[in-house]
Amino acid sequence: MEDSKKLEQFEAKIASGQKIEPKDWMPEAYRKQLIRMMSQHAHSEIVGMLPEGNWITRAPSLRRKAILLAKVQDEAGHGLYLYSATETLGVDRKDLLEQLHTGKAKYSSIFNYPTLTWADIGAIGWLVDGAAIMNQTALARGSYGPYARAMVRICKEESFHNRQGYEIMMQLAQGTPEQKEMAQDALNRWWWPAIMMLGPGDDQSPNSEQLMRWKVKMESNDAIRQRFIDRTVPQAEFIGLKIPDKDLKFNEATGHYEHGPINWDEFFEVIKGNGPCNAKRLKDRIEADKKGRWVREAALAYAAKREKEKVVA
Amino acid sequence: MTLQQAKFEYLLRLGDSSLIIGHRLSEWCGHGPILEEDIALINIALDFVGNATSILAYAAQVEGKERTEDDLAYMRNERDYRNLLLTEQPNGDYATTIARQFLYDVYTFFLYEELKKSKDDTIAAIATKSHKEITYHLRHTTEWMYRLGDGTEESHQRLQNALNDLWMFTGDLFDMDEVDALLIKEGIAPDLEKIKEAWEKHVKEVIIEATLQMPATTIKQTGSREGRHTEHLGYLIAEMQYIPRSYPNTKW
Amino acid sequence: MNDTQWPLWEVFVQGNPGIPHKHVGSVHAPDAEIAIQNARDVYTRRSEGISIWVVPSNAISASTPEDQGAFFEPSNDKPYRHPTFYKIPDGVKYL
Repeated sequence: MEDSKKLEQFEAKIASGQKIEPKDWMPEAYRKQLIRMMSQHAHSEIVGMLPEGNWITRAPSLRRKAILLAKVQDEAGHGLYLYSATETLGVDRKDLLEQLHTGKAKYSSIFNYPTLTWADIGAIGWLVDGAAIMNQTALARGSYGPYARAMVRICKEESFHNRQGYEIMMQLAQGTPEQKEMAQDALNRWWWPAIMMLGPGDDQSPNSEQLMRWKVKMESNDAIRQRFIDRTVPQAEFIGLKIPDKDLKFNEATGHYEHGPINWDEFFEVIKGNGPCNAKRLKDRIEADKKGRWVREAALAYAAKREKEKVVA
Repeated sequence: MTLQQAKFEYLLRLGDSSLIIGHRLSEWCGHGPILEEDIALINIALDFVGNATSILAYAAQVEGKERTEDDLAYMRNERDYRNLLLTEQPNGDYATTIARQFLYDVYTFFLYEELKKSKDDTIAAIATKSHKEITYHLRHTTEWMYRLGDGTEESHQRLQNALNDLWMFTGDLFDMDEVDALLIKEGIAPDLEKIKEAWEKHVKEVIIEATLQMPATTIKQTGSREGRHTEHLGYLIAEMQYIPRSYPNTKW
Repeated sequence: MNDTQWPLWEVFVQGNPGIPHKHVGSVHAPDAEIAIQNARDVYTRRSEGISIWVVPSNAISASTPEDQGAFFEPSNDKPYRHPTFYKIPDGVKYL
């Protein structure tokens, strides 16, 4: 069959709402874009363990410690689902990790910001997971079967992440003046990075049209960003925290909040590797991988010895 | 010493050990040798935090001074901590973590099996739940003992070194005092002499199966029963307790 | 030795007694025992299962999308394989 005919069938299949499965024919651009997006997503989960993991040993109560451990473990699990889903496209996890370690692959810009106080753990759950969920519920309707299925599972599991973050913020906002200040400070530092993590504005985001048609991208960055802001602003007001945007106002006519200008220069600098924690995050990942090498080798050597015994027996 | 005091003291020993080894395991989070193992370690750490919470909550109740499990975890000093010396030893390389965990898992496997029969219903109930978790922990660490012991030359050497280094803290596991004597008499806690026999036999079997050598018997360090720890514990609890200590009487 | 992330295994979890094992995803593991443990830790964190199967991914053979017509369409014209094909008078029981 000719490629043009295959492409037609492929697009018809997607238009009719069917999923594309690993062995199905797919355009090379589709495969490439998926590998890029899915591995980026997987890397984000794994790198995302670091800023939050930073506070596990200092969590202020046993309950908070257990919740945070469970949450960070979920992130490891989600990274694993996503790597698995990416591997169905014919790439090896080892190669994906290598791309991360050499800086060829990106991960979410947000994890290049530091977690400075306990309130940051609240802010991450509330804002970062909140923004991620907006994006992920959309992706769960995407066209690639393994990715969509991983997303469904992830969204289901992540619903508590968002809530535990808000709960932390609420507790702080209703606490002592010092705690309230800590919460407001965290919101001040995380608000704009959270807004930016949803990606550049639609005017700066090229070749979106084809990706939308192929249901690789489900919604534009700006649309998701708008929904995130509309939902989050009242949540902040409810607990008496102030969104750090002096231009923020509600437009009665559209029913949406309008926000001030976003500092895209900062965003692109962070993406380029010049954020406050890029170097540290990457170094931690590379070191863990290096230190783990002899462990991985030992397990394989042991397995090989047992296989050999089986053959002899 | 009253029975109540003995029980409180004993519960601190159990709860603190879980809390501290759970803390150590949680330090691996995001730094494990492979993603799958990261997840496994956090699972085990979570079990320990859960177990510590139940036991310290009960300890607080037995004490009857209106303290909570968090007060016990976050507001006691180094010398008040009763965790085993083994549990506070730093993670080191992966072999050290596996060796430490294995030695401790075998210990809790036999200890909690006995505690399931405790005449104290709460202890028996906690032990019953925890023993299932411990059974899995032991399976996991035992498999890793085999893989590192009988894996590559490097892994073999690393694990052997780890065992040799940690061995001096194993005597502390079986140290007994009047707390034990009283609770043994009441059928609340088991005689650690019996646990020791089972522990030695099992540990030896696995070490040999893993193609390793039993560490030479050295002078054993003890002291956890009286809160005499290694230098490592101070740093650990300074980190763990810093928020509640910096902001007393504050809810988080 | 070349560094690897270990071979890939497919994971099947049985959610409840009496229902079939269902494919849930995959894990990396050096051997079957560790694969089962990893699968347990990754895919049953929320009590999703009571039994786990693991299979090396490269041991699975699958039909291809091109087979779809030849494999599955011929059964479309055999409605007599389904019980609803048959008319049974009202009142007849246990059929």
